[in-house]
Amino acid sequence: MTEFVGTSTLIAPRPAEGSKDTTMVVNMGPQHPSTHGVLRLVIEIDGETVLKVVPDVGYLHTGIEKTCEAKFYQQVVPLTDRIDYLSPLTNNLVYCLAVEKLLQIEIPPRAQWIRVLLNELTRLNSHLVWLGTHALDIGAMTVFFYTFREREEILRIFEHVSGQRMMTSYFRVGGLALEPPIDLFSWIQKFIKTLPEKINEYQNLLTGNPIWINRLKGIGHLSPENAIALGVTGPPARASGIDWDLRRDMPYSSYEKFQFKVPISHDCDVWARFILRMEEMRESVKICQQALDGMPEGDVKADAPKVVLPDREKMKTQMESLIYHFKIVTEGFAVPAGQVYQAVEGAHGEIGYYVVSDGTAKPYRVHMRYPSFATLQALQTMCEGRLIADVVAIIGSIDIMLGEIDR
Amino acid sequence: MNATPGKDAVLEVHAQNRAISSLLSSLPGSIQDAKFDCNELTLAIDKDQIRAACEIVQTAGYNFLVDVTCVDWYPSEPRFQVTYHILSHTLKERIRLVALVDSIDPSVDSITPVWPSANFYEREVWDLFGVRFHGHPNLRRIMMPDEWEGHPLRKDYPVEGYR
Repeated sequence: MTEFVGTSTLIAPRPAEGSKDTTMVVNMGPQHPSTHGVLRLVIEIDGETVLKVVPDVGYLHTGIEKTCEAKFYQQVVPLTDRIDYLSPLTNNLVYCLAVEKLLQIEIPPRAQWIRVLLNELTRLNSHLVWLGTHALDIGAMTVFFYTFREREEILRIFEHVSGQRMMTSYFRVGGLALEPPIDLFSWIQKFIKTLPEKINEYQNLLTGNPIWINRLKGIGHLSPENAIALGVTGPPARASGIDWDLRRDMPYSSYEKFQFKVPISHDCDVWARFILRMEEMRESVKICQQALDGMPEGDVKADAPKVVLPDREKMKTQMESLIYHFKIVTEGFAVPAGQVYQAVEGAHGEIGYYVVSDGTAKPYRVHMRYPSFATLQALQTMCEGRLIADVVAIIGSIDIMLGEIDR
Repeated sequence: MNATPGKDAVLEVHAQNRAISSLLSSLPGSIQDAKFDCNELTLAIDKDQIRAACEIVQTAGYNFLVDVTCVDWYPSEPRFQVTYHILSHTLKERIRLVALVDSIDPSVDSITPVWPSANFYEREVWDLFGVRFHGHPNLRRIMMPDEWEGHPLRKDYPVEGYR
């Protein structure tokens, strides 16, 4: 395979043989705290200047795509939680939407709105962790404690609604797992009422701080052309001036009924990504508020008895429901043959699921397209010629998530 | 089950589609099959012309390569279906190109010269399916260790027992 082993076009070539070699190769990770998990970077440096960054991933590879092929369609939902463990509900959503597209079933409005509401809370959860750890990487420790205070509240809401703090699996093919508890909406209302004030508080802690400004402004430049060429989506792409948000441009799960702004920046640096995500959090709060105000009444499960598990009460009293329950649990449900690609705007960018069905009860192939995997390719472009300390700021700014890179 | 419309019918219905019209005019004969299912357009492209087809689709306005992946149709031939998902920011449309590759020396041209982002995606396909990409700058394993034997996402890869 030697003809295929060589340097990437995106990586500067090594100095020619015989020239004075002044560079040094250092390993960053896989145990480095700022790599957010198990990312290993092989960095070639000349003094403090970074010449080349080669990401080495795969330490967290668990073969989820292969596991999916051995599970029934409904059994894949809990696997999706574990990919991007900071936004479990977004992963549930995109998988369910993909299978629902294959099955061509209509989801009741109430279920769609609850999906939007919880999806935005998930985005807030992910962005809060990003803000805390990003600031921690740069050296501002206080923010971490503030953001984790709010994140704890979101995790409690998730626990209340689904029984789990992190691995929620609350969205199912055909709707939701169960009707949400009665006091859920008042709890979320209370939480999001105080949140904008707290987002201002975080921003006050950071924006005026001269160290924070010096570490962020003008670092990690990524031009819009490079962002498109390297497959960057989500907040890093929007911070490079690409006006693209799937929630607005290709709406799913009734996002077209919500009014929100898509923040854009043309500064293309780490600072722009920081400001942009803070704006996104404010917009998410607005979407949550709209979802709570206009929450429709009705069922949370689609009328598809062959796909959706019946209510417990019905199952105990009606013969037909009992049969469907037994059949779904033991045999799964068959999905018409075909292939679909469904994408949603996740906290880090475009999450896409490509589901191929051969007409049986188990998916023939499930492929997950996760944004961090693509964004990682842009690391070289952003780090080249910068100082080694900036690499930490840049990794923080692209909000890297190793669970979704390695899958 | 309704019979799915054939290639010619799909091409006729979607004659206005920018990708189809430019592929038909610039690279006639490259489209082997066309499907329109679940509101998604799938074009099967001759595997030797995939790079040229990607260039044409890119100039037609489909500017963003979302994903490259593969499906293993073992034991039928051609076995591998290399799948490209391409998005247009201006048209707000997606298109799926597939290249069918048979199991004897599975290989296809790399599209990294068209979209550099294909670099990691194609490495992943090589690693997990064993489809090689001609002209890829750095075709190494990405998920599995370098010394790993076999390609785990192939359907004939053993899923239990000792190695």
